[in-house]
Amino acid sequence: MSVFEGFRFRRVTSLIHRLDPRVKFLYVIVMFILAVLFNELLPLMALFLLQIPFVLVGGVKREWLRSLKGALFLAVMIFVFNFIFTFLYPPVSVPSASPVEYPLAMAVRFLVLVESFSVFFLTTSPDHLSLALEQSHVPYEFTFAFTTAVRFVPVLAEEAQTIMDAQKARGLELEKGNFLKRIRNYIPILIPLIVSAIRRSLELAEAMESRAWGASEKRTNLYVLKLKQEDFVLICVSAAILLFGFYVRYFVHIPPLNALLPI
Amino acid sequence: MAIIETTNLAYTYPGGSKPSIRDVSIAIEKGDFVILTGPSGCGKTTLCRCFNGLIPHFYSGKLEGELTVAGVKIVDHPIYEIAKRVGLVFQNPENQLFALSAEKDVAFGLENLGMPRDEIRKRVDWALQMTGIEDLRERAPHELSGGQQQRVAIACVLAMQPDVMVLDEPTSFLDPLGAKKIFEVINELNGKLGITVILVEHRLDLASKYANHVIIMDEGKVVLDGEPREVFNSETARLIGVGIPKATRLWQMLREDGIRLKEAPVSSEEAAKLLRGVLKT
Amino acid sequence: MIEVKDVYFTYPSGVEALRGVSLTIKNGEFVAIMGQNGAGKTTLVKHFNGLLKPTKGEVLVDEVSTRDVSVAKLARKVGFVFQNPDHQLFSETVEEEIAFALRNFGFKETVTKRRVTWALNLLGLTGYRQTSPFMLSGGERKRVALASVLAWNPKVVMLDEPTIGQDHQQKEKLRQFIVQMNAQRKTVVIVTHDVEFVAECNPRVMLMSEGKIVADGEAKKILTDTKLVTLASIVPPQITQIFLELADLGLPTDLIDVYEARKTLLDHLEGKTPT
Repeated sequence: MSVFEGFRFRRVTSLIHRLDPRVKFLYVIVMFILAVLFNELLPLMALFLLQIPFVLVGGVKREWLRSLKGALFLAVMIFVFNFIFTFLYPPVSVPSASPVEYPLAMAVRFLVLVESFSVFFLTTSPDHLSLALEQSHVPYEFTFAFTTAVRFVPVLAEEAQTIMDAQKARGLELEKGNFLKRIRNYIPILIPLIVSAIRRSLELAEAMESRAWGASEKRTNLYVLKLKQEDFVLICVSAAILLFGFYVRYFVHIPPLNALLPI
Repeated sequence: MAIIETTNLAYTYPGGSKPSIRDVSIAIEKGDFVILTGPSGCGKTTLCRCFNGLIPHFYSGKLEGELTVAGVKIVDHPIYEIAKRVGLVFQNPENQLFALSAEKDVAFGLENLGMPRDEIRKRVDWALQMTGIEDLRERAPHELSGGQQQRVAIACVLAMQPDVMVLDEPTSFLDPLGAKKIFEVINELNGKLGITVILVEHRLDLASKYANHVIIMDEGKVVLDGEPREVFNSETARLIGVGIPKATRLWQMLREDGIRLKEAPVSSEEAAKLLRGVLKT
Repeated sequence: MIEVKDVYFTYPSGVEALRGVSLTIKNGEFVAIMGQNGAGKTTLVKHFNGLLKPTKGEVLVDEVSTRDVSVAKLARKVGFVFQNPDHQLFSETVEEEIAFALRNFGFKETVTKRRVTWALNLLGLTGYRQTSPFMLSGGERKRVALASVLAWNPKVVMLDEPTIGQDHQQKEKLRQFIVQMNAQRKTVVIVTHDVEFVAECNPRVMLMSEGKIVADGEAKKILTDTKLVTLASIVPPQITQIFLELADLGLPTDLIDVYEARKTLLDHLEGKTPT
C-alpha cells in the first residue's frame, strides 16, 4: 500500500507545484523516452539522480521515499529475473561488462519510470491536473469523472469503515473461518458499499442536472492555465536533456561500470 | 403574480402502480417563503422534482396536468434551461458537491452555462459572500462540516441567480444549531434578494417563523394550503399527524381551557409575547 | 452494566474525540447522549460494544473490560442500530436480513426461525418477510434494521440518531417503542441532537461538548439550563424557550413538556402558586 502513498497529492506549495502540469508531463515523457533509450547502467543512474532535485525543491521527500520503498520490491524482482536471464543468455553487445550490470540497469530503469511519475503526481493537485486535461481538449466527461472519483475517495473509505463496523456489530467476524468462508465474509460489506455507490451516483446525477449540466457545448472554466516563465525554463531544460540524451546514445561510447571502477 | 402555478398535476414513476402525486393545484406568489410538509411518502419530494424539471426529463414516467414556473412550461424545456430559474438543494450535502474546492463547486453551474470567466468570478465571490462562507472557498468538501457543506450547496445554486430556490429537507443531517443557521441564510436570500423559497421540512418548530405560506400534503394530494397559522391550527393537520410547532400546540390546549390569545403563535417569541399579554392582567 | 472509566480516545488521524469521559449506566436505564455534531457522542457509544477501544482508560461491560473481549461477544449483549440502515442491509429477503446476526451468534436454526418471526411481528413487518429490503421505503428499512438488532435480544439497545428524516408520527411510534423496550428491562441508549424528541421522552441526559461530558442528569434540568445549553451549543426545546422569555414574570423556567406548560400557566392564571 505504501507505493500508493507515493502517488497521493499533498497540499503544499512549491515551485514544482506551481509548474503547469502539461509541462511537467512533458518532462516525464522525456524521462520515459530516455529511460527506454538506454540499456546501460550509467545513463540510467544519471536519469534516476535527475529526479532528486525535483523531489527536494518540491518538498515531497518523505512521500517520495515511501513510494521508492514500495517499488523496491518489484525492482528487486526485475533484477533477479534479468540476472538469471543474462546468465543463461549473456548479451553479445558488451561482453566485458560484469553479469550484474545489465540486470541492475533494468531495475534502475523501472525505478526511473515509477519515480518520475511519482514526483509528477505528488506535486500536481488533482484540480490542476483536471484543468490541464480540460485544456488539452480531453472531453469534459472524463475530466469530471476523474475529479469526482478523487473527491469521493475519502468518503468511500469512511463509508467502508462504517459498513464494516455496522456488520461487526451484528456479530460478523471477518477473520474467522477457512479461506473460502473469509471471502464470503466480505459479501455483507461489499453489497452495501455497491448499493450505496449506486444511490450516490443517482443523487450526483440529479445534482448535476439541476446545475445545468450539458447546457452549453463550450464549457468555460473559473481558472485557466497560463504558461509562465518557470514553465518555459522547464520546457527548455527538458528539450536540452532530450537532445543531450540522443547525442550520448548515438555518438558516445558508454563504458560499463566495472571499466570505471578499479576492480 | 404567481411564479409557480400547477393545475391538476399528477405523476406516476415508471413502473409505479399508482401516482405519487395527483390533483395538485397550487399557486405560489413571487417572494413567498413556502414550507412544504407532510408525513413521509406524501409526495413532497416528487413535487420538488417537478419544479425544476427533473420530472419529467430525468425521471421518465407519466406526468399529467399543467406546471408553469417563472412563466415557462416545464414540460417544454430541458432541465439545463430551467436550472437558470429554479435551483434545487438536496437533502444530503455530501452528494451534491463534486469539486475539490468550495469555489470550484460554486462555479460549476456557471461553467456549464458557458459564462465568461470574469462573470463567473464575480458571481462566485458574491454567492460565497451572501452565504457567509468566503473563508471556506479553498476547502475541499470532506474538510467541511455538514452545515458548511449545505451552505456551499446553497451558494452553488445561488450563483445561478434563480428566481426560485427549492430545498428538499436540507437540514436532515444537521444538528439544530446548524439547521437554524441554514434557515437564517435562506431567510436572508428570500428577504434581501426576493428569491421565492420552497422549503420541504419536518422541523416546523425551527422553520415555521420564516414562512408566509404552508402547504401540507398527504398520500400524494395537497390537503392544506394557506397561511401558517390557519394551516397548523386546522383539524386536518392534527388528523394527519403533522408535527406542528409546540408553541401552536400550547395555544390550542389553552384555547380548550378557555384561554384565548390574540392569535396562534408559531415561534417561541410570538408565544411569549402573547402569553405575557394574558398573564399581566 | 456499562462503566466508562476516564476514557480518552484519539482517532488515527490525530483527532482527539474523547477527553476524559467517565460514566455509569445501570441495567434498565433510558439514556440520551446529546450534544452538537462532532461532540463525540457516536465515538463514545462505539466504545460500548467494543468497536473502538480507548486510547487511555477503560470501558467495562458487565464488569469485563472491552479490551479483553471480541466485538462479536460484546455485540451479543450490546446491540447497535446504526444511523443509516443502508449501511447494514444486504440480504435477499427481510427474513434473511434479520436472521444474519442470529446465525453469526450461533443460534440453532429452529430458534432463529422463531426469533425472526417474533421480530417481524414486533415491528409490523410480517407482510414483508420475503420482500427484498432494497424495495422498501426509508422508514421501513429503518424498521428492518431495528428488527434485525432486537431479534437477538441484546440487553442493551443503542440507537444512533434514530429520528433523522422521520416525520412526527414515526417519531411518536419510536418513542412508544422505546418505552416498551424499557418496560422489558432493556437498557436503551440513544445518541441524538433532537431536543424536542428528548423533551417528549424525558430520559436521563448526558450532555457532551468537545469530547467531554458537561452534564449528566434529568432531561428537564439540563435542557433548561441556559449556561449548559450555550456551552454545548444546543438549542433548547421550544417550550423552554417560551418560559425563559417569561422568566421575569416569576414563572418556573424548568419546563420542557407541553402538558406541564399548560398546567403551569393555568395554575398561574388562577392565582395558585406555581409548582
